Amino acid sequence: MSLLGLGEFHAFGAAGQRFLYLVPSAAVFALDDAAAALIDALDNQRLSRDDLLAAVAPRFPDAALDETLTELEQVRAVGLVAAPPPPTPTIIPLTPFPLTTAVLNVTNQCNLSCAYCYEYSEDKIVDTTNGAQPKFMSDETARQSVDLLFRESGDNAVVHVSFFGGETLMNFPVLSRVVPYAREQAAARGKRVEFNLTTNATLLTSEMIGFLADHDIAVTVSIDGPREMQDRFRVFHDGRGSYDVLLPRVRELLRRHRSRPIGARVTLTSQVNDILGIYHHLTDEIGFQEVGFAPVTTSPGRDYALGESGFDQMVAEFKALADEFLETAVAGRHHGFSNVSETLEEIHKGVSKAYPCGAGLGLMGISTGGDVALCHRFAGSDEHKLGSVTDGIDRGAQVAFLERHHLANKTDCHTCWARPLCSGGCYHEAHTRYGTTTHPNLHYCDWIREWTDICLRIYGELAERNPAFLTQFDS
Amino acid sequence: MRHLKAINRKATRVVQAVTAPAGDVVALQQGASPPQQPEGPHIPLGCSLVFSPGWEADRNGGTAGLCQPVERDLFDCHLGCFWPAHVPDQLNHAPDWTSKCAAAQKDWRKIDLIFP
Repeated sequence: MSLLGLGEFHAFGAAGQRFLYLVPSAAVFALDDAAAALIDALDNQRLSRDDLLAAVAPRFPDAALDETLTELEQVRAVGLVAAPPPPTPTIIPLTPFPLTTAVLNVTNQCNLSCAYCYEYSEDKIVDTTNGAQPKFMSDETARQSVDLLFRESGDNAVVHVSFFGGETLMNFPVLSRVVPYAREQAAARGKRVEFNLTTNATLLTSEMIGFLADHDIAVTVSIDGPREMQDRFRVFHDGRGSYDVLLPRVRELLRRHRSRPIGARVTLTSQVNDILGIYHHLTDEIGFQEVGFAPVTTSPGRDYALGESGFDQMVAEFKALADEFLETAVAGRHHGFSNVSETLEEIHKGVSKAYPCGAGLGLMGISTGGDVALCHRFAGSDEHKLGSVTDGIDRGAQVAFLERHHLANKTDCHTCWARPLCSGGCYHEAHTRYGTTTHPNLHYCDWIREWTDICLRIYGELAERNPAFLTQFDS
Repeated sequence: MRHLKAINRKATRVVQAVTAPAGDVVALQQGASPPQQPEGPHIPLGCSLVFSPGWEADRNGGTAGLCQPVERDLFDCHLGCFWPAHVPDQLNHAPDWTSKCAAAQKDWRKIDLIFP
């Protein structure tokens, strides 16, 4: 007999409606009552088509059950047990894959000494001892980086230059000269260039703020929250806290730079984890439009690493803040919890990833010395080098990287319903935890699934209660 | 789709993919409705590429005036063709499934239904 069973999906409910998040297509469908009953009837058992229809028919005498079942089969929510859908083919993207974003590590020096910093702490990858790397990117390397970006950007009409560090503003002179250069190059090639910059904000001056505003440069400020949290880890070399130094500067930045949303980026640790408190301090009291949170990248066992209970508490607080997001969004207003809005956008588009992020694909990091690497977190590491600004991108190394890191090689992920969005997670996190970029980040699987489920429910609620809100993610 | 509602953009694309008409078999699936000219050039896949007469639909998409009846396809395809028709296993499972069908054009309704 040909028995029917459930396909691969994650079922969730929102606003009294039942939904399926299908895997690996990442399509979201709402079920009518009969479709939901058919799915329920196949829970934990396999039935022939006739038996299944017979089991459900008494409750839905008037429904076109056969048609409903056919639709469920068409979207692969239900299928023949003996003939499962063919495995997703392993497609390595064609090279040359156009470059969209170049992250320029304009310096590896920093005026702060944050205990958890991945660049200088015990978990560092790149050799940052004196003399191993240039401390500051030169004008020439910065211009060559921009040239490389345009040269490798293919048909992309828009390219992005990100400035990163160390502390980016310690090399403000080079930054301020390469921005107009990139604009000239863009104009000459009929393209558009956009800039963003990440900073700890302690070195911001009025002059710099004017420059950032005039040149339309998006700014992300690394900040961990109110004074006692910010000063727990984000300290100067002498151990002084940085909160009082950055606060007036950030306020001036937020007041004068209005063309771009200014975001805050918070690192969560076992000691700094009051997410609701941090969020409301950064938005209501300081005035950030967006706040994003990420757990610290660290090998396990460090004092500040989030343990099992830390992750649980984090999810609980994320959930509370996500509920706030939902109520605000239902009312049609903006909420700045960017972890939610970013996930909603991916759900809305139906992103199904073979790679966790654009690193080594459309995004590359460039070290102070001009080496091209996977991303800014690996810039300067010989092991993760993908070329240089003078020799160009090593396409052979890139293809080898893409072949080794395809989701198809992450066996642990193959039965996980969250893989279209997660795809194994951050390479840098994996390298720090497991010593290799190829390893999936198994230490936060439960958290990723729980978080994805929370975002799917929000998505479902919005689809029912305020679908207009979701149209912002169309483009 | 009437019972599943596409919510995100990927779901819309899935619906488009599964409800798109299968272009290759338009002419052969017209059934009882009068033959219609399919939109655009219609090039059936399969044996018709070698111009085996009688296999394909005529130039109007009709099947009535062909030199071989369309019902013959069943035999043509699974015996002499590289394009295997889906037929029962005549060697082991259903050796007699066509025994009542002496002339396909006339007797095709008598071909047994075989269940696996």
